Amino acid sequence: MTYPANLKYTKTHEYVRVEGKKAYVGITNYAQDQLGDIVFVEVPEIGRVVKAGEVFSTVESVKAVSDCYAPVSGKIALVNKKVTDSPEVLNKDPHGEGWICAIEMSDPSEAGKLMDVAAYEKHAAEGGGHH
Amino acid sequence: MAEELKKTPLYETYLKYGGRIIDFSGWALPVQFSSIKEEHHACRNAAALWDVSDMGELLVEGPGALDLLQFLLVNDNAKGYPGRVIYNPMCYPSGGVVDDMMVVCLKDGKYLLVINAGNIDKDFEWVSTAARYFQGVTVKNLSKDVAEVALQGPNSERIMQRVAKYPLNEMKYYHGAEHVDVAGIDTLITRTGYTGEDGFEVYCKASEGPALFDAIMDADDGDGLVPAGLGCRDTLRFEASMPLYGQELDQNHGPLEAGLGRFVAFGKGMYFVGSKALMEQREKGLPAKLVGLDMIEKGVPRTGYKVFDGAGSKELGYVTTGTYAPTQGRYLAMAFVPVDQSPIGTKVRVEIRGKKLLAEVVKMPFYKREGKKK
Repeated sequence: MTYPANLKYTKTHEYVRVEGKKAYVGITNYAQDQLGDIVFVEVPEIGRVVKAGEVFSTVESVKAVSDCYAPVSGKIALVNKKVTDSPEVLNKDPHGEGWICAIEMSDPSEAGKLMDVAAYEKHAAEGGGHH
Repeated sequence: MAEELKKTPLYETYLKYGGRIIDFSGWALPVQFSSIKEEHHACRNAAALWDVSDMGELLVEGPGALDLLQFLLVNDNAKGYPGRVIYNPMCYPSGGVVDDMMVVCLKDGKYLLVINAGNIDKDFEWVSTAARYFQGVTVKNLSKDVAEVALQGPNSERIMQRVAKYPLNEMKYYHGAEHVDVAGIDTLITRTGYTGEDGFEVYCKASEGPALFDAIMDADDGDGLVPAGLGCRDTLRFEASMPLYGQELDQNHGPLEAGLGRFVAFGKGMYFVGSKALMEQREKGLPAKLVGLDMIEKGVPRTGYKVFDGAGSKELGYVTTGTYAPTQGRYLAMAFVPVDQSPIGTKVRVEIRGKKLLAEVVKMPFYKREGKKK
């Protein structure tokens, strides 16, 4: 399983793609594979302020319910309508089309503290802890 | 995977076919091979094969066998004859359920009771205790000696016929045959299942289970047969509104509440365990009724979620099973509610992560196949 080098990762299997002040957030390929067929994504409201480590979204597969934790703090700037209309996009393209929302970062230095791809690959290969 | 999990004789077979193994109430079983949705659709449109060897089997035999079954089980097993299969809840005197099962009449005075994996010890104890009060009947627990696989889906007969030396087109629904040669293996085949599709359940000696599974998989000739796991087994039986013990039926919820009144043979001419309580429920009204729910507001209703009235103020009951239903593409549930809230079209609310989302009572089963073989 491969992970893009331009993303930053969390131990709880979220990623961020930083574009300026915005951090696009989703769940990793490892997370979608563990969950199986994703059938529902609960997205946060635009404008909601989230703190790093707080639950910002819930992803449900046929068998499991999984909370997603905000990798960075800030205000929800965008939500991806595609994931609410067609949750299976999280299975098909988790790191691309399957982003969940974009956070307008209040402290961009937080993103720098997340795992890089090498550290995340190691984490996932070791079984990924508990999602 | 932890060593202490129970394994069926087909554990190695799951690994060979790429099953993802999980701990399912103490059993190491595959939740999926490819994907729950893919396997679900394969069963509806083509065929799917499961190992269900975790299921238990009790052999009830002797001249007193029928009397024992008539006493312990709620259906009329006197209607059985060799080759006939009858579905039966087994009740407590309270009307709650010990287990539900298929009773296969092998010959007069010889019955195979196919019971749920989680209830094997409890059922064996329950049935053997009752058997002491009957003359000429023995109860044997064959659960560890028997492997069982389930081939389900519209292409099942075509696939099975390539390996079974038996005219399967003559086997009617809820009927079966003993000592059928399947690729050289001595099997019992019944035309039954737990998916809402046509198909077969095939039993053999535990040690021959892996060879039986392989023989059926290899009999596929462009028929779209896939190996399938627990995940879609649950979504398929759910869409067909078939009860799962521990969810739709349990110690506190009997067959009438679960909508299984057609399997309760009050007219069989004798007392049976649970008959008094069930008769009272029928006359005085049911404490709760199982209904189908369709989510109007999007959300996944799941087992144990609370159900409220349409105003969201009064708690009515709870979801027994709920999921995204792949065939309908809807979020559906089965739930216990009071009888006055059970008519089709009643609006209720399901509490999901603190939000009470609107749902509507709809008809069950959610799925019924066309041209069902009788």
